[in-house]
Amino acid sequence: MSEQLNDPLIIAGKSYNSRLLVGTGKYKDLEETRLAIEASGAEIVTVAVRRTNIGQNPDEPNLLDVISPDRYTILPNTAGCFTAADAVRTCKLARELMDGHDLVKLEVLGDQKTLYPNVVDTLKAAEELVKDGFKVMVYTSDDPIVAKQLEEIGCVAIMPLGSMIGSGLGILNPHNINIIMEEAKVPVLVDAGVGTASDAAVAMEMGCEAVLMNTAIAAARDPILMASAMRKAIEAGREAYLAGRMPRKKYASASSPLDGIIAAK
Amino acid sequence: MQIELNGDQMQVAEGLTLSGLITQMGLTGKRIAIELNLEIIPRSQHETTLLQESDKVEIVHAIGGG
Repeated sequence: MSEQLNDPLIIAGKSYNSRLLVGTGKYKDLEETRLAIEASGAEIVTVAVRRTNIGQNPDEPNLLDVISPDRYTILPNTAGCFTAADAVRTCKLARELMDGHDLVKLEVLGDQKTLYPNVVDTLKAAEELVKDGFKVMVYTSDDPIVAKQLEEIGCVAIMPLGSMIGSGLGILNPHNINIIMEEAKVPVLVDAGVGTASDAAVAMEMGCEAVLMNTAIAAARDPILMASAMRKAIEAGREAYLAGRMPRKKYASASSPLDGIIAAK
Repeated sequence: MQIELNGDQMQVAEGLTLSGLITQMGLTGKRIAIELNLEIIPRSQHETTLLQESDKVEIVHAIGGG
């Protein structure tokens, strides 16, 4: 159906059929990761950049052997960075790792307890990365002013949180997300906070261009089934958005005609 | 000579190149990226980059993450 609609997601000039972006963290093993990503239908997949374990299991399979850059658009993230400098460093390493591929997910975090974005350092890092030629998809708070500033800097997608990373609390401030979408000329994606399929559908029904999630799938009892549920929720939400929902009414409006009712006069 | 690799001190032979270090660590053919004293060293220069005393080397790869 989504092909019939010809309604691609466009990020940094590239078209994608899937509006679900997924992370690769917290899975039991690489096989579960592979199956869940496949079931999600996602085409953009986030990865983290970390120190190689020196001298430990040199034959251990690599994530990118399973999630092949030939098949997926790999989106390296700066998760775990708490300063602009560390985030920029991580992106440069990622670009080298991905043979010059320069699409990155920038996140600079404020503290361990909330993993809330440090927007001051996020703005600083975004500026430096855009100057250096990176295409920056940026994780941020649901503050419309900061979102606007990130767009002005040149970020290719603005990704406000629905709620805290890994919390599964859903979209706590849809009004702010709406304001961000109204103002933005680049795609707005909800990143973080989705707990289950209905949360993803809500984001899409609101008109978000896409949703990025990790824990909602990886921490489900059956991650592969949840990945499939998310795929459907994203598609359903997008179609509902495009279809345009009925107006809300204060009172009932009968679905069946009132004429011809069998009733005693 | 002594270098720092991924935060750990280690002894390596004088005149070791980055390629040599990669081989020694069993990382040949792996998808990795290297930073030497905070500068990215492109893959094409691993062969010709000589390590010096007290160099700080970071070798990274991609792992699962959101």
